[in-house]
Amino acid sequence: MPYSPAVQQTFLGTERYIVSPELSRSVDVAIALRRPLLIKGEPGTGKTLLARDIAQYYGFGLERWHVKSTTKAIDGLYTYDAVRRLHDSRFQGGDVNDIRQYIRLGPLGRAFKREDRAVVLIDEIDKADLEFPNDLLHELDAMEFTIMETGESIAARQRPIVIITSNNEKELPDAFLRRCVFHWIAFPDRELMTRILRVHHPDVEDALLAGALDAFYQLRDVDGLRKRPSTSELIDWIAALRHAGFDPAKLLGAGLPFLGTLLKKEQDFATVARRMQRGALSGRRS
Amino acid sequence: MFLDFFYNLRGRGLKVTTHNWLALMEALGQGLHEQSLSGFYQVARCVLITNEAHYDEFDRAFAETFRGVKDVRADILDDLEAWLKDPKRLEYLDPELLAALKELDVDELRRQFFERLKEQKERHEGGNRWIGTGGTSPFGTGGKHPSGVRVGGGGGRSALAVADARRFRELRRDLVLDTRQIAAALRRLRKLSRDEGEPELDIDATIGATARNCGDLEIVMQPPRKNSVRLLLLLDVGGSMDPHAELVSRLFSAAHQAGNFRELRSYYFHNCVYGSVYEDAHFTQRVATEELLTTLDQKWFLVLVGDAYMHPGELMMSGGDWWMDGRGPTGLTWLARLADRFPRSAWINPEPEKLWTTGTIAEVAQVFPMFSLTLDGLGTMVRHLRRPPSPGRAARVARLAQTG
Repeated sequence: MPYSPAVQQTFLGTERYIVSPELSRSVDVAIALRRPLLIKGEPGTGKTLLARDIAQYYGFGLERWHVKSTTKAIDGLYTYDAVRRLHDSRFQGGDVNDIRQYIRLGPLGRAFKREDRAVVLIDEIDKADLEFPNDLLHELDAMEFTIMETGESIAARQRPIVIITSNNEKELPDAFLRRCVFHWIAFPDRELMTRILRVHHPDVEDALLAGALDAFYQLRDVDGLRKRPSTSELIDWIAALRHAGFDPAKLLGAGLPFLGTLLKKEQDFATVARRMQRGALSGRRS
Repeated sequence: MFLDFFYNLRGRGLKVTTHNWLALMEALGQGLHEQSLSGFYQVARCVLITNEAHYDEFDRAFAETFRGVKDVRADILDDLEAWLKDPKRLEYLDPELLAALKELDVDELRRQFFERLKEQKERHEGGNRWIGTGGTSPFGTGGKHPSGVRVGGGGGRSALAVADARRFRELRRDLVLDTRQIAAALRRLRKLSRDEGEPELDIDATIGATARNCGDLEIVMQPPRKNSVRLLLLLDVGGSMDPHAELVSRLFSAAHQAGNFRELRSYYFHNCVYGSVYEDAHFTQRVATEELLTTLDQKWFLVLVGDAYMHPGELMMSGGDWWMDGRGPTGLTWLARLADRFPRSAWINPEPEKLWTTGTIAEVAQVFPMFSLTLDGLGTMVRHLRRPPSPGRAARVARLAQTG
């Protein structure tokens, strides 16, 4: 088992990234149990940023692995560039006999080789093939692998912290899930949202913030939205409102300016417009 | 009580394995719950549960197991604390204690909560935090007590109040939420195969061939992997389907979005399929059902969406199609012909499952396996479609298709 000093500190998020107590507990548990942390949640709740933030908080390195539909499990460990070797053998470039020249480590491989401890982000694991997570089971458990082409085996010097995000496009295999610590990032409530917004807009007026939050949560409550606005969209919206210098008191009266930053689908525009005509979205929440 | 929780979770159909349970023990052994009930709630949830759809069941099991409810011997709470402090030592509580604990009611919990709160203020400043972050209090990060009064800023809520609030109800699997989730469910129908399309370089075969060719480059091409699933979608519109229009339209757009089907055709019908189906929901562009039966081969997947709820005559009478003159096969025969032609078929019914055993719904379910229009239902349907059809049903369908 690779050496991995216990991290004593509780993960509390950083100045730029606010975490709920539940998420912070999940991170602690994942680190203590030395299991990957699987993060799911609505788009725009900061799943991907979490890994960066953990790395920053503990001062560890960060390796990112953005999974695509064509990604195979082995790509995260290493890739063997057979085509270049073939090319070199035909056109005399490089030392064809030294196979190591054609091996390149992937994000997980690099994390194993690092002197310092690293956080590995496996982003959007659900994009890949169904068998992808299963193929990684052994490597994530034992934290070592062998390069088939050279026979060299690579074991983690320090056990990396693995953060995996999923958008629920596919179901993940049970065997894989069993080995993960799981956390669903719930949509932030008003209080947490206020703290998050303060981070991004430190000097925003209280009135604007309150007005925007009222409007935002009302929008999210509208039935039948295809895509509900998320945190990142709210941050953009407030930026737009501030830039245009809107009077917060007239926010709803003005028919929600810059609605395009919040709603991204045509049908949603129509739905919201209908609601506003009927006066369902008006005034402040009591 | 601890094991009760485990069995309560399993009793609710949550796949909590001993493997997870041991991991939880390890986590508690390391003190990750910080000796508080809410800490325990958080640790248990992230270790035991691997799907947000199960959060709600977890909350309910948690509330049920740990709800204290009547006049308590003060030591119950102490015991609870002791247990949380050292889960290994106190793996179970004696039955007497358990009974008393079950009777510990919320009001009592609340009273004690306020008592402790008062005590704290007397003892040290910022005492809110003491309850706020739990310490050894069973109220956990009790910034809120069960009826919802917030104490101080930045606190969370007590574990029981959190569990009771059922915040994750909308994540449950047996409800249909949005297009994206439906699309995700449908995507599992995917079957990749290489048979047509612009060829691409097959690297492994190229290397092999080149090596055999003494190092002279020999290029091998192959067709790309593509989804080979063809889907025929028949939608019931109008009449009794109107209340479900929104849901069905989501399913429809999801099927189109999920895309990646090699071919997707959708047609509309009213109540039951007869001699023709329609390309549009206003029934102007006619397509003969016979044409579908002859031009599409049996590799097509057939999915019908409808409530299967109609006047029995519409299903059983020959020429039951009210909208057409002349007599022809019954609706049931047409359905059986479709099912016979497309062995991989299913019927999605937006009506609640408990109504399926009656009337025309039961008749239709004889022909098509029926699934509910929920995420669970869609998932089961996809699994069903991937399996070969059952011989029994096939024989029954073939018989029905001959009659009329």
